[in-house]
Formats: sequence, C-alpha cells, structure tokens
Amino acid sequence: MACERNGRVVFSDISFRLEAGQSAELRGVNGAGKSSLLRVVAGLVPLAGGTLTLNGESEFATQCHYAGHLDGLKPAMTVLENLQFWEDCFDGGDVDAALAAFALRDLRDVAVQILSAGQRRRLALSRLLLSHRTLWLLDEPMTALDAASQEKLYGHMKTHLAQGGMILVATHGDLGFVPHQVIAL
Amino acid sequence: MTAFLAILVRDVKLGFRQGGGAGAAIAFILSVLVLLPLALGPDQNLLQRLAPGLMWLSLLLAVLLTADRLFQQDYEDGTLDGLVGIALPLELVCLAKALAHFFTVGLPLAIAAPLLGILVNINAALIPLLMAAMVLGALALSMLAAIGGAVTAGLRRGGLLVALLILPLYVPVLVFGQSVTATEQGRASSLLVLLALALIAVAVQPIASAAALRAYLR
Repeated sequence: MACERNGRVVFSDISFRLEAGQSAELRGVNGAGKSSLLRVVAGLVPLAGGTLTLNGESEFATQCHYAGHLDGLKPAMTVLENLQFWEDCFDGGDVDAALAAFALRDLRDVAVQILSAGQRRRLALSRLLLSHRTLWLLDEPMTALDAASQEKLYGHMKTHLAQGGMILVATHGDLGFVPHQVIAL
Repeated sequence: MTAFLAILVRDVKLGFRQGGGAGAAIAFILSVLVLLPLALGPDQNLLQRLAPGLMWLSLLLAVLLTADRLFQQDYEDGTLDGLVGIALPLELVCLAKALAHFFTVGLPLAIAAPLLGILVNINAALIPLLMAAMVLGALALSMLAAIGGAVTAGLRRGGLLVALLILPLYVPVLVFGQSVTATEQGRASSLLVLLALALIAVAVQPIASAAALRAYLR
C-alpha cells in the first residue's frame, strides 16, 4: 500500500497480512505514518496505491472500529448519553457491559465535560465493546490510561483476539502482550 | 433508522443544551427588530410596509449565523470519523444533522419571528400566512446552510465564507418568501414555489454535504 496526504507521500511499499485472531503492532518514529496507515485501513483516507482487502472485500469500513486521538465524545452529554448515542449508531451492543468493562458505571451520569483525560479515554475505548467489529484499529490507545486501565485494555484486546478478531495497534509504549507481528514504518 | 433518529435527537439536544441554538437566534432577531425602528425612523406606515421583508432578512441572517457550526464540531472532535464507519450512509447522516438544525433554529424562528413582527408594526392579519411561509422557507434555508456548513467544516473561521457561499442560494427563497405577503393574487403560487424550493433543498442537501465532507476525509 501507499499513502499520500496533501500531496506528500507518507509511506509507500508497505505490505502486511493479518489472520483471524492475530494482532499487529505498528512501530515507527513520530510522523512515520502510523496514524495515516490506520486511517487508510479505516477508510478515512483514500489509498494512493496498492490494494487493501478484508476477507476478500475492498469495502469494509463497517467491519472495523477506528479509535484515534480524537474521541468523538460530546462534553455537554453524560457518559451514558454518549454511549447510548453510539449504541444506536452501531445498531446494537450492550451499554451496561461496555460501562462495566472500563469501570465507568459510577460515572454514568457525569457530564463528559468534567471527566479527566484518562476517564475520557476509557469511555472512548469502551465503544470498542459496543460496535462488535472484526478489526480494531487503535492509535496510541494507552495514552493517559493508568496501570489498572491499561491492564483492562490488554485483557479486552486478548479476548477480542481469542474470539477471532484482529487488531492493528500503533504504539510507542510497551504492549501488554506480544503481538503476532510488528510492522515497521 | 435507529442511527438516523439518534443523530437527529442528539443534535437537537445539544442545540438546546449548549446554547447558540434557538434561544440565541431568537434573541438575535429580537435585537435586530428593536434596532430597526431606531435606524429607519418612527414612521409607522413605512415600518408596516417593510415589516415582512425585514422579518425574512432577519430569519435569513439568523440561520446564516449558525451555519458554520453545523458540521464543524463533529469534524473537530472526531465524531465524523466515527459516523463514516457506521452502516448509515453519510448522506443520511447529513440529512439528520440538517433536520436537527431546522428543528433547533429554523422552526423556532419561523414561528417566533412573525410574532416579534409586532415590534415593527406588522399587519396582524398577515401573521399566520407569514408563519406558514417562513416554516417552508426556514426548511430550505436550513438545508442550504448545511451545504455551506459542510463545505467549510474544516476551516477555522468559516463563518464569512459560508455567507459568501450560500447567500446567493438564499435569493429564490427570499424572492418568493416576500411575494407571499406582497400581493393577494400571487399568494398560493408563491407558497407552492416555496414548498418546491424546500423539497429540492431536502433532496440535494444530503448529496452535496456528504460530497463536501468526504473531501475533508483525507
């Protein structure tokens, strides 16, 4: 695959293959194109060259869940309202389980406005459990998370893989488990 | 359908909660109407003649004021990235958001503005008619505002650009809107043209807005 943004070649000649139940870690210096790669796979940035398929299909935006730096949460709404909105958008999912997964039950009626950065991140990540998508695209998911929440995230990632899901994760830190492959950018 | 309604309801909720929706727009119209007699002088007949036109102009400006924020917040906070990946086509996402704008800004204004027209000595017999015409007009204006809002979603100070882009599109609404109350005989046909304009805008807006938003996704 190749990617171009604003006329600048971000990366070219990147190739990888992910089997069901596998994870891949994206490694690279700042600006190497980790986020761009995730956005390309999510269908948010057009592919400049090459091919990209999931189970043989080239249109698969509705089969992946992209969790980027921007969390898409509305400060004026409560934790619960935000989650319910995305539940309706994904057409299904268990809000209560998602809240429990990241220990957000006590915060359900709190406005997102007054959440800390780590709590916001937890809320953003809890949507992964609402959408039931095959491919998780995680961009620096551990940012602002405390140790306990990181452990929870690793746990959910492992469960997702065990259920036959796939994960592409960009990170500078230490992933809580050994990824099946490392893609160097 | 669930997703469509969820977006519509959320945006209406946010419109009322964050301010900048109906309340601010009505206050804006009110302040324009308070200033107009001061600017034009206290000639009651003149004011009465100008009243419907002034109402239309202030409706148009109020809708314009809120247009640039229509998609900007969702673009900046990443909501749009998420909405691209749901089963609902982006076109319908745009329609839901534009309808929410109509319900929070256009519709309350269309109902409140003719009543506020009393401040400029509006002919009271015209109020129901003007209200009906303005509801249709406001629907068209909200849709056009959503096109402008989508085109400028990624621009920091898009407000003036939105005005430049969509004011020309507002001309037909303004022309037929004012002709509803201008003459007795053209009334029905002008209302029908307003209805047609609103329906055309509803049909075109989703395609235009979605195309504009897709251009930002790169």
